[in-house]
Amino acid sequence: MRLLIHNMLSSNIKGVINGFPLRIEVDKVEEKQVDFDAAFLRKMFHKIEWKALLDAALTLGYAELPEEAPDSSVLESDEFLQKFHHALLELDLEEGALVCPETGRKFPVTKGIPNMLLHEDEV
Amino acid sequence: MSSRPELQAPPEIFYDDTEARKYTSSSRIIEIQAKLSERALELLALPDDGVPRLLLDIGCGSGLSGETLSENGHQWIGLDISQSMLDVALEREVEGDLLLSDMGQGLPLRTGVIDGAISISAIQWLCNADKSSHEPRLRLKAFFGSLYRCLARGAKAAFQVYPENVAQRELILSSAMRAGFAGGVVIDYPHSSKMRKEFVVLTCGPPSISSSVPQGKGQDGESCSDDESSGDEEDQTVCISDRHRPRKKQKVTKKGRTRQWILKRKEKGRRKGNVVPRDTKYTGRKRKARF
Repeated sequence: MRLLIHNMLSSNIKGVINGFPLRIEVDKVEEKQVDFDAAFLRKMFHKIEWKALLDAALTLGYAELPEEAPDSSVLESDEFLQKFHHALLELDLEEGALVCPETGRKFPVTKGIPNMLLHEDEV
Repeated sequence: MSSRPELQAPPEIFYDDTEARKYTSSSRIIEIQAKLSERALELLALPDDGVPRLLLDIGCGSGLSGETLSENGHQWIGLDISQSMLDVALEREVEGDLLLSDMGQGLPLRTGVIDGAISISAIQWLCNADKSSHEPRLRLKAFFGSLYRCLARGAKAAFQVYPENVAQRELILSSAMRAGFAGGVVIDYPHSSKMRKEFVVLTCGPPSISSSVPQGKGQDGESCSDDESSGDEEDQTVCISDRHRPRKKQKVTKKGRTRQWILKRKEKGRRKGNVVPRDTKYTGRKRKARF
């Protein structure tokens, strides 16, 4: 699971008001080479919740991202885009779990696929 | 037993390891899936500016439909309920991100982040109640409600569906409308029983010019509104049998009962041991008009 997806995922258990962001528990992280695409990054930048991405990247052991949510002027800087690209698309949580921030329910991640299936009483 | 997989078992059980492998190794299915996803992507009508979008593939299975999205340069998130199908997708090293999730439980996604959604032959599964806790109406409501939330304003969704009957089609559409979507059904090749494909095309947001439903392919000049084509299945059979078949007719006359053809038939009859009149100069000759 890449951090791009983590930034989109939200717990949808019945009764949970704010299921975002899911906390990450790490067992195994992989880094994968992905083609750099500046146009996509510029488009995604406005949709990303910066705080969530920053925390997730730190959990996965990547501390190069700027702490404060940068404004869109940084999108011209190639250096920033490279870091952004690495954090968003190349870090991959292979094994671990996602934890719902309200209920503490764990969604296991195996082979890079988060299992978001709910139990019957959670729907 | 019915040939519809929906009637045999729930999706997570029907698509087990063997079925998942079978599904993905059939070149016929691969071709159909590629064509359908190509068409679904076309119906999404994404602006042609070369910027990759973040799309959602609902019921992605082994990632056959997602491959088309990757080929067109888009990033996608694939969602499926069958672990076996996702395993095959992992093996095939698809480029999208995969999620094990049940669409009937609502999509676990944040608000307004997705630029478009496609789904190939999956939504009709929602019309089944596979567990005692399943209520199709509620599952459709949860699905379309969460889809409406996670799509960006003005984003479109194109779902290819195989509704079992008119009631299912109505159920799917009315659930979508109730969730706030605008749109309708696009039917490609409505007069062909084999090539006929149905797409539910939805736009997130109130009806506008951009949310009008595009034309289906292969419709003839006569009016073919949604209501008409969603009529009884019997009507369509009549429609097909009523068609002229000039080419076939031509073939018959062209073949004609020429001398050569008659000689061939007689030879065949002789080989079978039938009693066949002998070949003479009169064989296959036209009678004179005065006869």
